Amino acid sequence: MKTAIPVEEAARRIPDGASLMIGGFMGVGAPHRLIDALVARGCRNLTVIGNDTALPGIGVGKLIASGQVARVITSHIGLNPETQKKMLAGEIEVELVPQGTLAERIRAAGHGLGGVLVRTGIGTLAAEGKQTVEIEGQTWLLEPPLRADFALIHANQADYAGNLAYQLTATNFNPVMAMAAGTVICEAREILPIGMIPPDGVGTPGVLVDCLVGVAAA
Amino acid sequence: MDAQELIARRVAREIRPGTLVNLGIGLPTHVAAYLPPGMDVYLQAENGIIGLGARPPEGMEDPDLTDAGGGFVTAIPGAARIDSTLSFGLIRGGHLDMTVLGGLQVDALGRLANWMVPGKLIPGMGGAMDLVTGARRVVVAMFHTAKGAPKIVPRLELPLTSTRRVDLIVTEMAVIEPTDAGLVLREIAPGVDVDAVMRATAARLIVSAPVGQMLATV
Repeated sequence: MKTAIPVEEAARRIPDGASLMIGGFMGVGAPHRLIDALVARGCRNLTVIGNDTALPGIGVGKLIASGQVARVITSHIGLNPETQKKMLAGEIEVELVPQGTLAERIRAAGHGLGGVLVRTGIGTLAAEGKQTVEIEGQTWLLEPPLRADFALIHANQADYAGNLAYQLTATNFNPVMAMAAGTVICEAREILPIGMIPPDGVGTPGVLVDCLVGVAAA
Repeated sequence: MDAQELIARRVAREIRPGTLVNLGIGLPTHVAAYLPPGMDVYLQAENGIIGLGARPPEGMEDPDLTDAGGGFVTAIPGAARIDSTLSFGLIRGGHLDMTVLGGLQVDALGRLANWMVPGKLIPGMGGAMDLVTGARRVVVAMFHTAKGAPKIVPRLELPLTSTRRVDLIVTEMAVIEPTDAGLVLREIAPGVDVDAVMRATAARLIVSAPVGQMLATV
């Protein structure tokens, strides 16, 4: 059984300097209430790993604006000019990773793999300083696994066993991130009695989820 | 017909029934509007859907159903939701028949730069490196020049997206095919002559076979 905790309490578990995987794609499928609670708590020097930095005032964009993020590992910052500005001013360190490689690096960490071999990025800036491997006459880029202290994820539904069900494009990086962090905190739109999510509908098994955030008061 | 519509209409003709196609953010997104009604094609949005449909009527948006640019979309009958790892597995694994991407520059070797202008504009590569590397066919849809400066250049001044040669370049002036011999001018837009295309192109263009008219049958 997993008891839902208030979102403020979940945020208090995250110390300064923590690395966070945050689910979502341009803010869609992001744990918005957890992000708001982190902004309110004001923890600093965070490393954020996620597909993008959303837009100013939305999702991860709020953490960027509040100056709480020291480092971002992401594929795209194009729709958040604040990230670009802070990056060019040297206020935030940004590591840009091709989107598919980002997903696979996270997957490698979560699935117990020592890295992944990809063709994406060969001959580009994304390959700088990286090892290449020859397999059957083909050159591959060795990409290391990527893990985090916390994964902050969103689901459409959770049950009190911690099982999660995702919906449409709000799925994105959430399931893979649930595999790759020391502590997995999920903010679900609704929390259901155990058994309400059929086994075939479970996107992330509850054993992977450390804590559920209580649903917003109506 | 404005430049954007001309490009989108011409690119739409490259799309074959029964295929899986990814349309990039920006100009390429408009291609969907010019596909023949009822055409059996699946559009992928890399944030997590196969079977992308048109924008929903106002008031019928689903916050969990967006395209890679974060815009509201619908899903066609037969659509499937995919997470980020499956989405990019499809792209890298050779399952994506075609991608249409915007471009900042293309060089004489047919190589694309579309993810950053050092020191100025750093959106990040998002899924572009994976798409150019993995898609079976890559079509670049872009304006021929930027502020009067040719975007088709002898050598890229901007960081490469992939070492892979793209298959076709469609602009409001011309359709150009990169080949082993170089960039071949295939078609010119209505009201444009070959000399005008040459003047607006910094790279050498091969004009051999009769040059067709873009959208000749419209």
